[in-house]
Amino acid sequence: MILPFESLSDERRALGLAFAVVAGMAFGFVLERVGFGRAQKLAGQFYGSDLTVFKVMFSAIVTAMLGIVILSGVGVADLSALNAGYTTYLWPMIVGGVLLGVGFIVAGYCPGTSLVAAASGKLDGLVTVAGLIVGSLVYSELQPYLRGFHDAGRRGSFHLYDWLHVPHAVLTAAITVIALAAFVGAERIERIVNGGRTAAPGRTRSAVFLGFVALALAGLATLAIPVVGSAAR
Amino acid sequence: MQRNPDRFWNPYLGGVALGLVLLVTFLVMGRGLGASGASFRLGAWIENAVAPAHVAKVPALASTLEDGSPLNDWIVFEVLGMVIGAALGAYTSGRLGREILRGPSFGAAPRLALALAGGILMGAAARMSRGCTSGQGLSGGALLSVGSWAFMLSVFAGGYGFAYLVRRQWR
Repeated sequence: MILPFESLSDERRALGLAFAVVAGMAFGFVLERVGFGRAQKLAGQFYGSDLTVFKVMFSAIVTAMLGIVILSGVGVADLSALNAGYTTYLWPMIVGGVLLGVGFIVAGYCPGTSLVAAASGKLDGLVTVAGLIVGSLVYSELQPYLRGFHDAGRRGSFHLYDWLHVPHAVLTAAITVIALAAFVGAERIERIVNGGRTAAPGRTRSAVFLGFVALALAGLATLAIPVVGSAAR
Repeated sequence: MQRNPDRFWNPYLGGVALGLVLLVTFLVMGRGLGASGASFRLGAWIENAVAPAHVAKVPALASTLEDGSPLNDWIVFEVLGMVIGAALGAYTSGRLGREILRGPSFGAAPRLALALAGGILMGAAARMSRGCTSGQGLSGGALLSVGSWAFMLSVFAGGYGFAYLVRRQWR
């Protein structure tokens, strides 16, 4: 196991934080360039006219998901170290998700994209960021009274492949297939809602889709690698 | 290069770029990207400057003082970079500029009121769900965490369920 590095250990902390700034810059730049600094474009997701949010998010998840399954499959990355920060608390995550979704369409931004909008000079984005701060402080005050709910449905580090009892690589391949079908479906919905006006998919889309299929197959191929000692998936 | 504020990256290619940034962050930092954790810590920092005695009494706020300042956390540095990167993206694409984004027939004041209300709701919701669309949905989603997928499906359910009631602000 080589990765992840212990980037925030004491002796490397300054370097780790510098990397955090660089990673954040790339994150913010990409979000701006796909159009996530514009409230109307984000809101279009919820009226069916512009499903960019879904396409970008699901492509990003598929990309990172396949990267993780391949790198952990060949023994370069330690999956359990990556999972450490993501504990499932089912009920507050479901209720929090619904409330965040309502806040998303009311504000026109999610928390990350409101920062992108604020950085682009959009006052509505800046006001959303101010709201985020207020809301998080208010919740902190209420948290002692919500303790039972806040920790409800605790499942620890619990994954879709644990729940469905299928190998990680098999599930990532299945999700990739579902994603490709969903992308085609999303484009069809946009065409219907916008009255036939088609944004030509083009060669870039085909190249990305082919890349996903190739990576999903590479992920499946790692299943043939014999498991060595503690490198068990 | 010509600046055209109406031109965006191909969503699939943009998604791949975002996914690669996320993957590299996972491999280098051992954790994924996030956003709402930083606004919470900024709030805790402000409140600690104004009313430190109260912050010490609220467990969720007091826990941000473990490393000295609430701002002494990697997510704050990541979001600092995010703001710089977004400003660079907006400047180079011609989208940098002060405006209030809304539908052509919707007023600026009600738009800002809704932006504030939505922000407050999301600020509380992101604490409840241990992260927002970035930290929980995207990062936990790529790890196939059950909680993250339940969260993301709920976000879309909440958004679609409420969209009709606020449709006027985009018209």
